[in-house]
Amino acid sequence: MDFFHVLVVLLESTIRVSVPLVFAALAGLFTERAGVFDIGLEGKMLGAAFAAGAAAAVTQSVWIGLIAAILISVALSLVHGYASITQRGNQIVSGVAINFIVAGSTVILGEAWFRQGGRTPALAEGARFQTISFPDADMIREVPLLGPIYADLLSGHFLLTYLAFAMVPISWWILYRTRFGLRLRAVGENPGAVDTAGISVIWLRYRAVICCGILCGFAGAYLSLAMTAGFVKGMTAGKGYIALAALIFAKWRPKNVMFACLLFGFLDALAIRLQGTPLPLIGQVPVQFMQALPYILTVILLAGFIGKAIPPKAGGVPYVKER
Amino acid sequence: MDDIAIELHGIDKSFGLVHANKDINLKVRKGTIHGIIGENGAGKSTLMSILYGFYQADSGEILVDGKPVAIRDPNTAISVGIGMVHQHFMLVENFTVLENVMLGAEDSQVLNKGIAKARTELKRLENEYALEVNPDALIEELPVGLQQRVEILKALYRKADILILDEPTGVLTPAEADHLFRILGQLKSQGKTIIFITHKLREIMAITDEVSVMRRGEMVATRNTRETSVEELAELMVGRRVLLRVDKGEASPGDVKLAVQGLTVKDSRGVTMVDDVSFEVRSGEIVGIAGVAGNGQSELLEAIAGIRKATAGTVLLNGKSVDVMGHRDPAELRARGLAHVPEDRHHVGLVLKFEESENAILGYHHDPRYLNGVFLNIDAIRKDAEEKIAKYDIRPPNARLKTANFSGGNQQKIVLAREMERDPDVLIIGQPTRGVDVGAIEFIHKRIIEMRDQGKAVLLVSVELDEIRSLSDRILVMFAGRVVGERSPDATEGELGLLMAGVEGRKEAAE
Amino acid sequence: MSTPYAKLPGWVEYGLIPLINLAVAFLVAGLVVLLVGENPLEAAYHLINGAFGRGEYIGFTLYYATTFIFTGLAVAVAFHAGLFNIGGEGQAYVGGIGVALACLWLDQTMPWYVVFPLAILGSVFFGALWAFLPGWLQAKRGSHIVITTIMFNFIASSLMVYLLTRVLKPLGSMAPQTRTFAEGGQLPKLDWLLSIFGLDVGTAPFNISFLLALVAAFGVWALIWRTRLGYEMRTMGHSPSAARYAGIRESRITVITMMISGGLAGMMALNPIMGEQFRMQLDFVQGAGFVGIAVALMGRSHPGGIIPAAILFGVLYQGGAEIAFEMPSISRDMIVIIQGLVILFAGALENMFRPAIARAFAMRGQRAAAVVQTRGA
Repeated sequence: MDFFHVLVVLLESTIRVSVPLVFAALAGLFTERAGVFDIGLEGKMLGAAFAAGAAAAVTQSVWIGLIAAILISVALSLVHGYASITQRGNQIVSGVAINFIVAGSTVILGEAWFRQGGRTPALAEGARFQTISFPDADMIREVPLLGPIYADLLSGHFLLTYLAFAMVPISWWILYRTRFGLRLRAVGENPGAVDTAGISVIWLRYRAVICCGILCGFAGAYLSLAMTAGFVKGMTAGKGYIALAALIFAKWRPKNVMFACLLFGFLDALAIRLQGTPLPLIGQVPVQFMQALPYILTVILLAGFIGKAIPPKAGGVPYVKER
Repeated sequence: MDDIAIELHGIDKSFGLVHANKDINLKVRKGTIHGIIGENGAGKSTLMSILYGFYQADSGEILVDGKPVAIRDPNTAISVGIGMVHQHFMLVENFTVLENVMLGAEDSQVLNKGIAKARTELKRLENEYALEVNPDALIEELPVGLQQRVEILKALYRKADILILDEPTGVLTPAEADHLFRILGQLKSQGKTIIFITHKLREIMAITDEVSVMRRGEMVATRNTRETSVEELAELMVGRRVLLRVDKGEASPGDVKLAVQGLTVKDSRGVTMVDDVSFEVRSGEIVGIAGVAGNGQSELLEAIAGIRKATAGTVLLNGKSVDVMGHRDPAELRARGLAHVPEDRHHVGLVLKFEESENAILGYHHDPRYLNGVFLNIDAIRKDAEEKIAKYDIRPPNARLKTANFSGGNQQKIVLAREMERDPDVLIIGQPTRGVDVGAIEFIHKRIIEMRDQGKAVLLVSVELDEIRSLSDRILVMFAGRVVGERSPDATEGELGLLMAGVEGRKEAAE
Repeated sequence: MSTPYAKLPGWVEYGLIPLINLAVAFLVAGLVVLLVGENPLEAAYHLINGAFGRGEYIGFTLYYATTFIFTGLAVAVAFHAGLFNIGGEGQAYVGGIGVALACLWLDQTMPWYVVFPLAILGSVFFGALWAFLPGWLQAKRGSHIVITTIMFNFIASSLMVYLLTRVLKPLGSMAPQTRTFAEGGQLPKLDWLLSIFGLDVGTAPFNISFLLALVAAFGVWALIWRTRLGYEMRTMGHSPSAARYAGIRESRITVITMMISGGLAGMMALNPIMGEQFRMQLDFVQGAGFVGIAVALMGRSHPGGIIPAAILFGVLYQGGAEIAFEMPSISRDMIVIIQGLVILFAGALENMFRPAIARAFAMRGQRAAAVVQTRGA
């Protein structure tokens, strides 16, 4: 039973760390399926986390914090969109630039406004998200097997956690069951087909980029309004890149994105859990290896050794009408 | 009865210095198949892209059903009933047929209802026009002929009354092309108007009611198809040009330098581009390959030059075989005496951002003359370039100028100087004078003859029939990937034209 | 349309436009300074003063510049072959292993001039190794080099933490770093160089790896513009189809270019490890690999542009410290912002002002333009 308990705890923390990954990877899914590569997920998430922390601290409202997160993240997305769609600049370079600008300005502005060493003030209860307990969770916890699953694994998360996992089928539905999704996927594969069908390639790509901004906003807000009570400098700590890896690992498909994020989240949770504990048969696994595993797996996948990740055909290429 | 579906008045369009369409006037009658024929680069595709709203004309007027319309984008074109089947299909390869057909005409924000409707409509269109295709098949899994059918369905689904087909048979097998013609006939009988763009005379004669001929951006004539002939159209297409007479003596062919046997090339989609081609080129002769662009000449040239893999066949260079199917090193072929002037000098033959002198060694940069160990011998390279500049009268005579800043003719001379001055045994040349000013043409032609007289074996590919006729000692005509006949340069333009159009060639090949 | 933008004179292309892009980046940075309620001009004063005000400051500026020359060259070399090596950070980090091994092995028995060449070889070897894999994966397996190099940065980071906490750390020490090197592992300072100009280097770790960086810059120039390999790299970078025509093998050039790029990034490790800290610490690269992207973009991938760009970033890093000291609300993170803005305006938005400038030139110098455009028949 002890093993079972450990497993529930482990899965519970897997869910907790996977949430920002799910949001960010879905964000990347929207732009990349539309043909705009985005390595700026990290920066957008960080900017959103800061905006959320700062706005919530000032207004004492978690909702204003969330809205601020989304606004900042969308604004950053539009900068990326302007550079890569309108100006036809290099999408990688633009993404790198945004990551730096945000990494620097969140600290500078945070320090200037709050003077707490790059943090935003710790948020009071009303200014951050609270966990939601399912009905009778405490009572049901005592039921063997199902009890802990219900009370600890399913219940007791933040609203944003449920939203993140709800966003997986919603994103799927948007991409595969709506007109917008059909066009978005088409523009990432063959913008010429979209253009000749009488649809504006540019506006479509901008809309995809805005979707990305909104989702990164949720990811950032989760970090500073739910996972911790306030913004801490550099708090994304590479999550944007892990999300990018998860997106590739998922071969740009919504359902796979969720499993990839859960897998990478699980590795993260496991790494923390296993610190110093030897595994049977293998012995002690260095925690650094566990941390590197998502990246190693992604490289192996990219190299085509386990299946083949085929990116959207028009990805990374600005659209120019051919003569 | 004489209803006009489309009327163009004074359409004019330039891309930078290229005047693609000059004051074009055109009338297309309702319920007919109207052919537009012309050589590559005559401006056909540009004109149709303007009609479809993909480009804006600089001036001119478009009337649809007698009413002037401003076609600003494909959307407007679609709304006035114009549909287009592009030369390069505008399909999303990993989408289903249904999704492709719906794209841009989905009806509602949520697809469900639209899908059901599209499915029924597609079924109806399939039945009405005999255009069967599985709506749930992925495009990438369909053969090219069916992909094209999807393009047609896309246009019909948008209720197009006027259908533009841009070089639709370029990617089709003869059987698929015949099937397409039957479909077009069906569409016509249902009252649709079809504009059919091609450079193939045979197709014009086979299916059109009227035909307009374009030449160098101008609309030169419109004929009733029944009242014209292949000969007349060929002449209109090519125009009565000043025959470029080149002084050349009799050829005195020597040993076989280049022998091609059963060479077959398929493109990445598996379509056969070069089909079992065999010929020989001897020292001291120029063999010209005539043919309408897109009949496999380019691929043939590239396969011989080692930048494209062949799927079968052998090539003998100076009597020794060349591994045409495996990996070949163009550098090694150069060392064995093959020089190659590629068709596309902008992307293949030159690096436009390089200095002139740097391009003068492209492909020969392993030559010890240009090197000091692993270093480039800049002085030797520049000196060598300057000699070539002087000898080939390249202007401006500046070896350090960026290649992009030279005119087309001078760029071509840079390539020719590089390839000819290596004293090769075999010289293969693609489109020696494409985009080259008149002054340079004469110079280039003279140099090619000189090469022959020095005993080189020259293989020449050009879409300019005049050029082929005035330079070659023997002419091979390619059609649909095959060599369909050999003629002497004294053959008439009409005779060659029929071969190029695949009319005579079929009989000959069958015999 | 092969050239979407009109041709401009060389000094506009390589001088004016980068300067305008840079100016805009600084203008926006100035706005950030305003936003935090400080005076941008005062910040600029402290920046300049902090970077050049004393011999010691100059020493620091050039110390930072040394690092950025290496990483900038690394990015530039790859750019010339049409490759975007975003993994300089990881390659520099792993390159540190080579430096540390050479020093740990010989620092107590050999003088620095014996250890230094070995450390160079070690840094190049490990840096190149870390770039070889992404290069090989692109050449042979078609994996996109940008993504793999990002992944390799993180893998490098984990690997180095492991090595520094488990393998290279001396017994009994808690800090994740190697032992401090004896004299053989410490590079001499270039105090004499500054004293020529009457400056005192003070405590600044300005050391002879600066000269190595200049040699590397010259080497890169020679490689790119004066060797056959460089010629092949440029051909591939400009036109893969022309490279194929010329018999240049894409996979071979990709792998070699990446290894050279990684080797240059690896050499960066010499400067902080042997020149400043005399030990290998956790995170000694400090983002220099990414600064290299900004430096290469600003320097237009030419060593002649990379050196001034690297010095500019040296000024930012050193002068930025001074700003942080004098104006507490502006920490050194300001540099990161400026760096990002430079990458944005000199990289992704490099063409934003070009149409306007081209129009201005077209109007101003129509006659002059006519002469330039005259082409011989």
